[in-house]
Amino acid sequence: MALLARDLKASFAFVERNFNLTKRYWGWEIAWLVYSVAGALSVSLIGRSLGDERLLLVLVIGTIFWSYLAIVFEFIAEAVQWERWEGTLEYTFMAPIRRYAQLLGAGIYAVAFGLVHTVFVLIVLALFFELDLVAANWATVITFTLLGTVSFMGIGIAASVLPLMYVERGAQMVFVLQSLLLLVSGVYYSIDVLPDWMQALSVLSPATYVLDAVRHGLIDGVGVGQLLHDAWPLLLMGVIFIPLGLWAFGRAERYAKRTGKLKRVG
Amino acid sequence: MTATTPLQPKTDPTPAERRSGDGVAALLVEHVTKRFVVGRKHKSVVAINDVSLRIERGEIYGVLGANGSGKSTFIRLVSTLLTIDTGRVEVFGNDIERDEMAVKRLINRVSVDAAFFKKLSPFENLAYAARLYGMQPAAARVEAIRILARLGIAEKRLGRPTEQMSRGMQQKVAIARALLTSPTLLLLDEPTTGLDPRSKLEVQSFVEELRDSHDATIVLTTHDMAEAERLCDRIAILDGGRIVVEDTPAALKALVAADHGQPATMDAVFMTYTGKSLDDDIGDDTEEEE
Repeated sequence: MALLARDLKASFAFVERNFNLTKRYWGWEIAWLVYSVAGALSVSLIGRSLGDERLLLVLVIGTIFWSYLAIVFEFIAEAVQWERWEGTLEYTFMAPIRRYAQLLGAGIYAVAFGLVHTVFVLIVLALFFELDLVAANWATVITFTLLGTVSFMGIGIAASVLPLMYVERGAQMVFVLQSLLLLVSGVYYSIDVLPDWMQALSVLSPATYVLDAVRHGLIDGVGVGQLLHDAWPLLLMGVIFIPLGLWAFGRAERYAKRTGKLKRVG
Repeated sequence: MTATTPLQPKTDPTPAERRSGDGVAALLVEHVTKRFVVGRKHKSVVAINDVSLRIERGEIYGVLGANGSGKSTFIRLVSTLLTIDTGRVEVFGNDIERDEMAVKRLINRVSVDAAFFKKLSPFENLAYAARLYGMQPAAARVEAIRILARLGIAEKRLGRPTEQMSRGMQQKVAIARALLTSPTLLLLDEPTTGLDPRSKLEVQSFVEELRDSHDATIVLTTHDMAEAERLCDRIAILDGGRIVVEDTPAALKALVAADHGQPATMDAVFMTYTGKSLDDDIGDDTEEEE
């Protein structure tokens, strides 16, 4: 128990460090927030221009919740790469902390940052489009946001192995993986329009289930009980991907130490 | 070790006396070899070749050698940043592979490039380091101010982004970061490279202070022969990943004078046992940079 408490305290090092980095890069954070709002508005206006209020809501939810899931994924998956760029990777890996504590810290900050970011964009879009969300089932939204967070943290941890193993190409691989998740998850359209082989891939993306459930919850007021078909794949992915990702990270760290790849700067 | 405990005053016996005893070595390296596979042809390169050494508690041990001789690889092996192909390494009796976490709590390292989050201030970087090692940031702040004042950096400089500091000041912050965690084995990998003469002297004096009044064992790599002679109790010279000679600075100088007819200087020791002059070594540096 004392060990767990110490690891949790150590994970706060990453929360505090990332918060300090956000403060120092405040200009960029505002710039990205403006870009996120503009991007979400631009996409959602397609629904308004077609006079289809349901499409408008589908697009609003798609842009906002994909943005949140992408933040969680990026913060965790690129944790190694950021430290490589800064040159601090060796220092962090030399410290007496367990990897799960490190990745947990990165994950906690990612969730906090993503939620603040997402709520801000949601408020702006709700005001801009005068969205009618009185029928929304917020319990569904919160439940599936949490479930999606857990499964995306798992995928993020698994993806963070790539920059550890491939110094130059790892970050590019993570970017490609994120792009594929965007493509197959039905962020801006129903996955029914995808070719069969892409629909098969969409089954493997947690975002598919999060977006489906949140849309039903926000637009139609559907409760969690009626969305169990979306809940269990997310739970399963979280249960599988987090331990699998941590195991893979440990193996990748061993490989990096054997081949000297902690040293190299990408 | 409690993380907030300051470095303890050193008590006798001296490192030389400990070498003759049966106590646990601060650092024990036995027949360690490390290879890397490099290039498209997957050529195997031996970076550390059957190295054995024993460093006693309280000792300052110098590792000298030309570029590419294996000094930094050696430091990384002890820092748990590389795995060992064969052999074993123990830090105060803890095996670095089997007891990795215990070893990590005992060591810290200053590398030639002060690696920080450059946008963060020294205080923010030090708070991060303190939390990683289980220290309270408030206690770490007090200790950091004390150490940095000793190294000539005023508290008022510590709130601005680290990138606004000179290279020398950044290196001093890196030293403070390493000392903050009260390591019992401190690995200094070319800590004064690139520093101006004044900063270099301040760092060297601080290392001497650590040796004279605190319970810290130090492994130092350097290209500065005067620094090695001034600071080190014993010196090993690495060439091609092998230790080719190891002794006190005085004994090494006497050896090159007696056996090789060379002047009794550390420069002559370096040239004799690495087969390269210091000018060649600096030339290597320039080529690498190009």
